[in-house]
Amino acid sequence: MRIVLHIWRQRNANDKGRMARYEVPNVNQEMSFLEMLDVLNEDLIARNEEPVAFDHDCREGICGMCGCMVNGVAHGPQPGTTLCQLHMRHFKDGDELYLEPWRARAFPVVKDLVVDRGAFDRLVAVGGFISATTGCAPDGNAILVPKEKAELSMDAAACIGCGACVAMCPNASASLFMGAKLAHLGLLPQGQPERYGRVAAMVAQAKAERFGACTNIGECEAVCPKEIKLEVIARMNRDFLKGSWTGRGALRDDAEEVSKKPLAGSRR
Amino acid sequence: MELDSKAPTGPIETRWDRHRFNLKLVNPANKRKHTIIVVGTGLAGGSAAATLAELGYNVKCFCFQDSPRRAHSIAAQGGINAAKNYRNDGDSIYRLFYDTVKGGDFRSRESNVYRLAQISVNIIDQCVAQGVPFAREYSGYLDNRSFGGAQVSRTFYARGQTGQQLLLGAYQALERQIGAGQVEMHPRTEMLDLIVIDGKARGIVTRDLLTGKIESHLAEAVVLGTGGYGNLYYLSTNAKGSNATAIWRAHKRGALFANPCFTQIHPTCIPVSGEYQSKLTLMSESLRNDGRVWVPLKKGDKRPPYQIPENERDYYLERRYPSFGNLVPRDVASRNAKAVCDEGRGVGESGLAVFLDFRDAIERLGKHVIRERYGNLFDMYQRITGEDPYEVPMRIYPAIHYAMGGLWVDYNLMSTIAGLYVLGEANFSDHGANRLGASALMQGLADGYFVLPNTINDYLATTKLEKVDASHPAVREAETQVTCVTKRLLDIRGTRSVDSYHRELGKLLWEYCGMARTAEGLKYALSKIPEMRERFWSDVKVLGNGEELNQSLEKAGRVADFFELAELLCIDALHRNESCGGHFREEYQTPEGEAARDDQNYSYVAAWEFRGVGNPPELHQEPLEFEYVHPTQRSYK
Ligand SMILES: Cc1cc2nc3c(=O)[nH]c(=O)nc-3n(C[C@H](O)[C@H](O)[C@H](O)COP(=O)(O)OP(=O)(O)OC[C@H]3O[C@@H](n4cnc5c(N)ncnc54)[C@H](O)[C@@H]3O)c2cc1C
Ligand code: FES
Repeated sequence: MRIVLHIWRQRNANDKGRMARYEVPNVNQEMSFLEMLDVLNEDLIARNEEPVAFDHDCREGICGMCGCMVNGVAHGPQPGTTLCQLHMRHFKDGDELYLEPWRARAFPVVKDLVVDRGAFDRLVAVGGFISATTGCAPDGNAILVPKEKAELSMDAAACIGCGACVAMCPNASASLFMGAKLAHLGLLPQGQPERYGRVAAMVAQAKAERFGACTNIGECEAVCPKEIKLEVIARMNRDFLKGSWTGRGALRDDAEEVSKKPLAGSRR
Repeated sequence: MELDSKAPTGPIETRWDRHRFNLKLVNPANKRKHTIIVVGTGLAGGSAAATLAELGYNVKCFCFQDSPRRAHSIAAQGGINAAKNYRNDGDSIYRLFYDTVKGGDFRSRESNVYRLAQISVNIIDQCVAQGVPFAREYSGYLDNRSFGGAQVSRTFYARGQTGQQLLLGAYQALERQIGAGQVEMHPRTEMLDLIVIDGKARGIVTRDLLTGKIESHLAEAVVLGTGGYGNLYYLSTNAKGSNATAIWRAHKRGALFANPCFTQIHPTCIPVSGEYQSKLTLMSESLRNDGRVWVPLKKGDKRPPYQIPENERDYYLERRYPSFGNLVPRDVASRNAKAVCDEGRGVGESGLAVFLDFRDAIERLGKHVIRERYGNLFDMYQRITGEDPYEVPMRIYPAIHYAMGGLWVDYNLMSTIAGLYVLGEANFSDHGANRLGASALMQGLADGYFVLPNTINDYLATTKLEKVDASHPAVREAETQVTCVTKRLLDIRGTRSVDSYHRELGKLLWEYCGMARTAEGLKYALSKIPEMRERFWSDVKVLGNGEELNQSLEKAGRVADFFELAELLCIDALHRNESCGGHFREEYQTPEGEAARDDQNYSYVAAWEFRGVGNPPELHQEPLEFEYVHPTQRSYK
């Protein structure tokens, strides 16, 4: 089948960028979306045009590297599916598709469909962890985790950090991403000691990174390839409030400072 | 060159303890004065970087993805082994050790494997403490399953996303140290050369993938956790970016490369659907617990599977291996699939696939049980192929999956270059000629959390390291080298894309140095590779420039290295006149068609020394001794 693509082309962060139109005449039903882009790129190279830059690595829907807007929807039309796992059999001959990079202030465009998601790493660096220095751990079975808690924690931990939630959110909020991390760790007994400090630090950092606030629109949940539930945001808000009322959120009273300090070597 | 494995002797149970005690320590105040470079943020590199930083070392860490969390380890599905014996089913450290040595077809170092089995228990503890959401029983205790044909249940798992969860644990520990300023993280930065000064690894040359800037980083030691080289074959289960560049360039600087021909083929992958195919997707091995593998008895039988009556089907694994049946190890399952397809009995459009059929299991257990066990795998299969495996049998075919070979390291994980350490899939250390399922994650984390942070102290404490700076001639030379290669690739402006060359190389290797190898085929491949490599260097087309994000340029550098590594792989495969583990030479098989090892002549690690592109490498041997697990013929009949 023949697919018409309108793709955002932008040389680098300083370039203004524009949409360019391409045709891929020989798309096979069995191809993945990224394989179609491979075919386009081979074609462009043959014509001495620079190939379209797009991020990808595992092509199995797990590394979170791939993703772009397809006709205004993050990762395209199939629910619960990353771009690399989207297959061309869901499209038909003659379809016109508009591909754009994630759009968010906190994710500057690097080139074409590639953006910088370093802000996500910095959110984790300020508190998205359990401080368990190597060697200190008790026997694995010394910490019992009720099965339903473990399952809920795993549901949240499934987040691949792709950034679709931010890209789809009209506020460019990172709440689903943060909520997922906070729920993953906050549901487990191991995560309790740092629970309120963790949320305070991450929320402060999100502000510093210029992610927007959450207004419960729910677009993030709709496009999340791992189907993370909005619930995690409610949980985050609850913990945040509880932490600030009880003062426990100040456990890490350096949270504000940490968020302002440029992290060594990580890109800003 | 004398290869000193530094493996301790004496009772195997106390070797690691005694060795650790004999290693020199670096006092905490002095740790602050040392900088260590860690390349790679997968399970091996990520865990090492975090732990070294916790100890107080200054760490500079690198990966080519946009975030350390995306290393290829993230894709591991099945689980991680540990000799916890929580099931009380007869498991022990000794049994895990025994299984791993035997599974590796007696081509690994006993001391290393025993240590790996010992440390396996600490890994689980560490990961639980970090918040890895392992599967639990209703009681809250950790759950286990049996995996990869093991007769005990020692595999810990987090749904089908074990690698992801373990990696997130290591990544979060790493981010904590980045936040604390103890690790300087360089994402989207590729190591392109190793800086060796006075025979010691002192730094790396990198290219910033966004700006193209070529830069040197200096340190007291360099650690590579850069993963495996399966992508040499173009189509593999590895992530698209996985490559051999870091270890290959270290090899060219003097690190010996061990057992390159030991590559693992995974029997259950989704088959190739067309020329545009960019990678192969693994379907978990656990499917063979309930699925039955078959092909039609008759050649070229193109009827849909359910029109083929029972007596016209050949359940060839059950027929040939009555006691293990569909659960034979990976190498055996893979070779048999190839054999039936070579006979012309393969299924699907290409004829390069066999059926994995759940009809009987669904009849016996009900659809809901199968859904509970394999639901997400079935969904994944359907997403990719558009076929519903509850209704029609899956089609599967073997694919390149893992590299047992890698840079040679001693018991301390140090390569033949002083101060250069190699961890995880990038080294050759623990899996011999064949890796067991759920053991790679274990090895990566053992190396990074527990082995290296103990052994590296000794080197730093006992080695006199001169101060060096960026003006040192060796640094200049390495930088110039990298700049030249980059420029050369950009200047060719030939006619064919990097991918087209990579595909061509991959096909050749898969054909002649894949599942089954012959001297004749290998010689043919060896005659083709240099010619192909020359064409690549005079005709590859890399557009754009070097001062910005240029994905073709990145690929070109990696493929250039694959062209050189491919030759070494074939040389190694040709020299090893035996079949063992993942290396099957058709000339060396038992009358029943099983791999025939030659312990008399080949019970050694083949470690190759680089002698210039196109020149024959020099072979060094590390003899292997088996004091505990005595070599036997593996039999799964
Ligand atoms: C689909 C699949 C499923 C698997 N399932 C299992 C399983 O269930 N159980 C199991 O035990 N094993 C499994 N394995 C194997 C296991 O996942 C890998 O062997 C292991 O994760 C490798 O870890 P690593 O840390 O050595 O390397 P990787 O995770 O590959 O990490 C390599 C790192 O090095 C970096 N890097 C590489 N080159 C450079 C360079 N030149 N410059 C800078 N950075 C560089 C990368 O950015 C990355 O951070 C599976 C493998 C695959 C492919
Ligand atoms: S490429 Fe890894 S999730 Fe799509």
